[in-house]
Amino acid sequence: MKMLRNFLDRMHPKFKNGTKLEKYYPLFEMADTFMFTPDDVTKSGPHVRDAVDLKRAMIVVVLALLPTFFFGLFNIGYQEDATRTILQNFMVGLKITLPILIVAYGVGGFWEVVFAIVRKHEINEGFLVTGFLIPLIVPPTIPLWMVAVATSFGVVIGKEIFGGTGFNIFNPALVARAFLFFAYPGAISGDSVWTVVDGVSKATPLAVAASGVNTSAIDLLVRSNFSWLDMFYGFIPGSIGETSTLAILIGAVILLVTRIASWRIITGVMIGMVGIALLTNLLAAASSNPMLALTPHYHLVMGGFAFGMVFMATDPVSAAQSNAGRWIYGIMIGGLAVMIRSVNPAFPEGMMLAILLGNAFSPMIDYMVLRRHIKRRQQRHA
Amino acid sequence: MEMLSHYLSIAAQSIFVQNILLSSFLGMCSFLAISKKVETSFGLGLAVIFVNGITVPMNWLIQKYLLEEGALSWTGLTSLANVDLSFLTFITFIATIAAMVQLVEMVLDKFSPTLYQALGIFLPLIAVNCAILGSSLFMVERSYNFPESVVYGISAGFGFFLAITTMASIRYKLKYSNVPAGLKGLGIAMILTGLISMAYMSFSGINL
Repeated sequence: MKMLRNFLDRMHPKFKNGTKLEKYYPLFEMADTFMFTPDDVTKSGPHVRDAVDLKRAMIVVVLALLPTFFFGLFNIGYQEDATRTILQNFMVGLKITLPILIVAYGVGGFWEVVFAIVRKHEINEGFLVTGFLIPLIVPPTIPLWMVAVATSFGVVIGKEIFGGTGFNIFNPALVARAFLFFAYPGAISGDSVWTVVDGVSKATPLAVAASGVNTSAIDLLVRSNFSWLDMFYGFIPGSIGETSTLAILIGAVILLVTRIASWRIITGVMIGMVGIALLTNLLAAASSNPMLALTPHYHLVMGGFAFGMVFMATDPVSAAQSNAGRWIYGIMIGGLAVMIRSVNPAFPEGMMLAILLGNAFSPMIDYMVLRRHIKRRQQRHA
Repeated sequence: MEMLSHYLSIAAQSIFVQNILLSSFLGMCSFLAISKKVETSFGLGLAVIFVNGITVPMNWLIQKYLLEEGALSWTGLTSLANVDLSFLTFITFIATIAAMVQLVEMVLDKFSPTLYQALGIFLPLIAVNCAILGSSLFMVERSYNFPESVVYGISAGFGFFLAITTMASIRYKLKYSNVPAGLKGLGIAMILTGLISMAYMSFSGINL
């Protein structure tokens, strides 16, 4: 450790102002603060002293994502061939996911560095999370060049042109996925993308549930051998990281204990989802749409709902910032997700778009909450 | 009950699924120019709801009783029964809209001079706002009846209102962002419009 510090200290003057390597200071700074605390710390003034800075917060998010990541690795192999050992499944998954992860990190990191150097800001750790999220929300069969294109779009259009980490309006990983979804629908939806075996098609539970007419979604699921517990544990086809609700909930606990994710948003999403799902259940008898009959606990374990709720909706930058706003934001996302799932035959997966809409509306929600506060205060002091 | 849900579905359709701005991209000029401040965008949104809510039904009446083929048969004159004036649709609709905008202008000038000042040149420009003319033409194309056209006019205006206030509050938040100099203002607003309409894609394909 001492040696590394000395090495970095020796390198520091080479990146100082006026030297040849000045342009690449952000790169040096990244390597330095990745391992050590920054030297330019605040000396005086009213500052909160806390060990959790942006860097640590992002790393905690990555840690919270690890259970879903490892389960995702296992599940890829398991979906391919259920008879192998756990380790074999794991290796199959690793062989598929690792290239995706490397491409996402490589491309995302490349853009991050380019923008940091050209625009002279620091390299932020936001892309550590974005780059980790992207592999988790794509199907295992995704071609690598699509991952590269989508990551570029997500990082550049979703984040960097707004000024980088902390300034973006939409969640960059979600922008990347929405881009994939609309640009290459064949590679990210349908029945044949969820298993890595050629020619084998497995429908996701959501697609199965939406496939019938005049029957209930739960009947359809039972007929296709999807039990609720299987879906909760995650032994189902789906995007790499989204299948296991159990693993996601472990991540949720980590995020909630460290207070990186807002419990108000997560609770709000749950309330919105349960409320609208119960409402659609009431309407189900009069309609031929099977999705209306899906009960709340099924909504929770299917598709990207849990993943979106825990890791996407709670993104502190693109979510609503005020406490009252967070409730509204959460409830809106939960309700919209179920509504899109139930009434829109084009998108069985409503969560991604519901969160994007939530992102779009969150500044307005905050603005209205703020106005209300100002009004209330004026009345109190009038 | 049946009628109510029918009107509700027209409203939802025009507010979310076929949002005049984010799905048809009509009325972009005032959308981009006025969405800098939340208050003014709120005002313009209300003005559009008002103008749209009046012009669409009014144009419906004109279309039905003056312009359509055989529309003049109510006069009882056989020579007029087969006259088809629908080639006058555009110019008549624009005239109606311009007249209505004048009315709104006078009302605003009288009751809310600050908003009148803030909207400035863009209030008269509602007259050439494609969103307004677009709604009237959509109304003809989708052959709505009179109550439907009232509902459609108001809710298409509300769709515009929702889109422009969303945009304005995002741009309000964007003040704190570090947007590259070349993209400041309209550039980033265009990109944002694209991203918002991507989020609005969630409603496309819904059949109500």
